Amino acid sequence: MEPARHIAEQAARRSYGRLVAWLASQFRDITLAEDAVAEAFAKALSHWPDTGVPDNPEGWLATVARREILQHRSRAGRFEAAVPFLKLIAEERQADSEPDWPDDRLKLMFACTHPAIDPTMHTPLILQTILGFSAEDIGSAFCVAPTSMGQRLVRTKRKIIQAGIGLSVPDSSELPGRLGAILDAIYAAFGLSWSDPASENARDVSEEAIWLARLVDGLLPGRAEVLGLLALMLFSHSRRSARRSPEGDFVPLSEQDPDVWNKDMIMEAGACLNIAVSIQPVGRYQLEAAIQAIHAGRAQFGEPDWQTIAGLYDRLWEIHPTIAVFLGRAMAISEIQGAGTGLNLLDELPESQISAHQPYWASRAELLRRCGDNDGAQAAYLKAIGLSDDPATRRFLQSRVQILVENDS
Amino acid sequence: MQYALMFYENPSEFAKRADSPETEAYWASWTAYSQAARESGVLQGGQALQPPGMSTAVRLKSGARSVQDGPIADTKEQLGGFFIIDVPDLDAALDWASKAPCAEHGGVEVRPIMNGPSG
Repeated sequence: MEPARHIAEQAARRSYGRLVAWLASQFRDITLAEDAVAEAFAKALSHWPDTGVPDNPEGWLATVARREILQHRSRAGRFEAAVPFLKLIAEERQADSEPDWPDDRLKLMFACTHPAIDPTMHTPLILQTILGFSAEDIGSAFCVAPTSMGQRLVRTKRKIIQAGIGLSVPDSSELPGRLGAILDAIYAAFGLSWSDPASENARDVSEEAIWLARLVDGLLPGRAEVLGLLALMLFSHSRRSARRSPEGDFVPLSEQDPDVWNKDMIMEAGACLNIAVSIQPVGRYQLEAAIQAIHAGRAQFGEPDWQTIAGLYDRLWEIHPTIAVFLGRAMAISEIQGAGTGLNLLDELPESQISAHQPYWASRAELLRRCGDNDGAQAAYLKAIGLSDDPATRRFLQSRVQILVENDS
Repeated sequence: MQYALMFYENPSEFAKRADSPETEAYWASWTAYSQAARESGVLQGGQALQPPGMSTAVRLKSGARSVQDGPIADTKEQLGGFFIIDVPDLDAALDWASKAPCAEHGGVEVRPIMNGPSG
């Protein structure tokens, strides 16, 4: 790759969201800010190979993007826009170096995850405004047609501005809850590429999500749940390459080879979790990270401590009662008290919650198999297969059914 | 920014407006609320509306006027009144909305005022 193009793309990765956030809070128009930044990057890509890379690439992009907006506004006939535009030209003549400009990305993230915004749009908005993902990429990650994802994004960005949602950091009384919405949006992004770790997309959403958590920790340091989320994602990510066999088949956690896990990531995750727990208060992400920490310890300590895992799930269930947590808790308890106890717990879930829940049927099948109920296990596996949207998981479940069929005959 | 706060009340709240042991408390809470909004300088206008039973809905059907007793939408919570307020942003408007006496037994819809055709 030509060096100038390479530097432009690196700057894009680092600066895109910062530029959009800064321009959006200055001009109170997110779409305008995004268009201007895109235009500035296009200019960089066409100019830099000839002129060389400027000393301060980010400042160059900021100036060009800002000028784009002011010109756009002038063209749009806003008379008052001409004044700052003239000032800008004067400023540029006076000083070669760029003035410092604030990092408004946190404010933009709080706006994107405001309770007045449809929660299903929190993650798409952050992916687009902070990371510059296209509506096409976001649409395919969410299994939504690109045009309708594009329209939803436009509509939601318009609501942020027209409904007067502040591009600001909430005050301390509201901050913990509002920060939770940002963390949830980041974790949802992390989950997007989950089912297909072998995919070679140019941009890996899991890594971008980890990058976002680091960014939030940098902009708002000392928040336990931010570190908890970072730890959780690092633990999960450390097992990425162990999660698929060389043939591309799904490998369950209990059968993964700990030697394949990424030790550096596990170390960093553990360090983040230690700091988080010392800060308090304990939240959902720290508890989930703590569970992952015990699994990660298998490399050193052998069989995980299921008693502690079950205890952590109990606390998690108190603050975050979801079906996934219920299943995790039931599976941990079944390791201690036997598969029959686990099955009794699963029976407590109401029909409406389980009928289309793939992990429920996979867990149920596993427990029935351990109880020796081969017919029941086969039926549950088939249900789980029917509900799978990931070919590797489907193949794995089919292989389990195959074993049962062979044992029967 | 200017917002409309639209106060939705359920039937039992509407029933408190007259001839109820709670009538006095009902009006006292609304008076306190509108006074607080006025004194803080955010209130630009507003009205209480008579109950939905006093409403008449008008539609044109194939050019013919159709007049019906009752409100447009047949919902449990009905519009009981509105404020126009001027505050810095949506969060400030939501704060005022959450203070409304009907927020507990009905709800408040917060909508920005449209300034000109483009908003």
